[in-house]
Amino acid sequence: MWAFIHKLGSPKWFYAISERLMPWFWVAAVALILIGGVWGLAFAPADYQQGNSFRIIYVHVPAAFLAQSIFVAMAAAGFVFMVWKIKLADMAAAVMAPLGAGMTFVALFSGAVWGVPTWGTWWQWDARLTSMLILFFLYVGVIALRGAFASRDSASRAASVLAMVGVINIPIIKYSVEWWYTLHQPATFSVTSRPAMPMEMWLPLLLMVLGFYSFFIAVTLMRTRSEILRRESSKRWVRELVGEGP
Amino acid sequence: MRAKRKQKLFVILGLVTLAAIAVGLTLYALRSNINLFFSPVQIAGGEAPVERQIRAGGMVKEGSVARDPDSLDVEFVVTDYVEDVSVRYSGILPDLFREGQGVVVVGRLQPEGWLRADQVLAKHDENYMPPEVAQALEEAGYSPEDYQAQAAEVAERLDAED
Repeated sequence: MWAFIHKLGSPKWFYAISERLMPWFWVAAVALILIGGVWGLAFAPADYQQGNSFRIIYVHVPAAFLAQSIFVAMAAAGFVFMVWKIKLADMAAAVMAPLGAGMTFVALFSGAVWGVPTWGTWWQWDARLTSMLILFFLYVGVIALRGAFASRDSASRAASVLAMVGVINIPIIKYSVEWWYTLHQPATFSVTSRPAMPMEMWLPLLLMVLGFYSFFIAVTLMRTRSEILRRESSKRWVRELVGEGP
Repeated sequence: MRAKRKQKLFVILGLVTLAAIAVGLTLYALRSNINLFFSPVQIAGGEAPVERQIRAGGMVKEGSVARDPDSLDVEFVVTDYVEDVSVRYSGILPDLFREGQGVVVVGRLQPEGWLRADQVLAKHDENYMPPEVAQALEEAGYSPEDYQAQAAEVAERLDAED
């Protein structure tokens, strides 16, 4: 068990194993998003109240899911880096931040576009919307901190601490619709409880959520690989790999 | 080395816990400001300021919507099934506005207890359904609004039982 974890922490081993895993996640991501997207946007029934604007859910919910999951993953990686000094965790955390910020932006933007035809407003300072905006700023903060230090180690530690403290915002986002009066409705999609919509609406959403997760894993593997090459460029195995070896 | 790691772990956990407590207390202190709107019960209880812009939220009471045939003026009652607040509005209502629908009304509470609205926002719930299902419910003697009202009643009863 410990041997496996230590191996996982080795950039060289990770570089090799991720090469084999990555294509599977790319295939899964493309297939799931294509099927879920076409099914959800073209074939799933329209909502009885909202009509076709309901279909924004097939982008909005997966993006919002990922925005929060990526932040938790980034904080967990930061934690591993801080306590066990595993550099690979820090590389993963570094490459996750921009994707997470992008997903948060997609969730906010698609939510605003959805808000106009249904609620009648782009934006309200509602607890769910505001806490999601704070998540976006936290991502921007993490990215900015990484660029703000001359030494990479200080930058990594500062970004890890901000990510770990910022994780407090995640339960606030999740429960904001229950703790306070909000304009935003309660959660639509839950793995544990009965779906609040019929199967022919829910299944494409499930495919989209799984597809977005596969996309996140594939992108993270790919970008961590290039981050490994960048940071370990002086190591012998990397030089041999890129053909500069002795 | 091992002791150092352990120490680091506790420092991090302590830091995150303290930050969580600080944020929790702040949110608890600000809880009334974080709520997006006042409920009719709060308005009836005098919690909402008069003649300042506030938001009120609740359901549009069944049978309460009265439109002026010659203008965009509309009057309706917002209810939380305990207290009612009557609302006067002049303007275009959102597509989802209907009786039995959740709304958030932005406006000024008048001393007489009614609300002059500047903006009406529609809320919707998380129960999406295809039109055929809504129609089937209707043919079986339920309107989708009934269905929602029933769901709300059940939820209220469950809350009350807790």
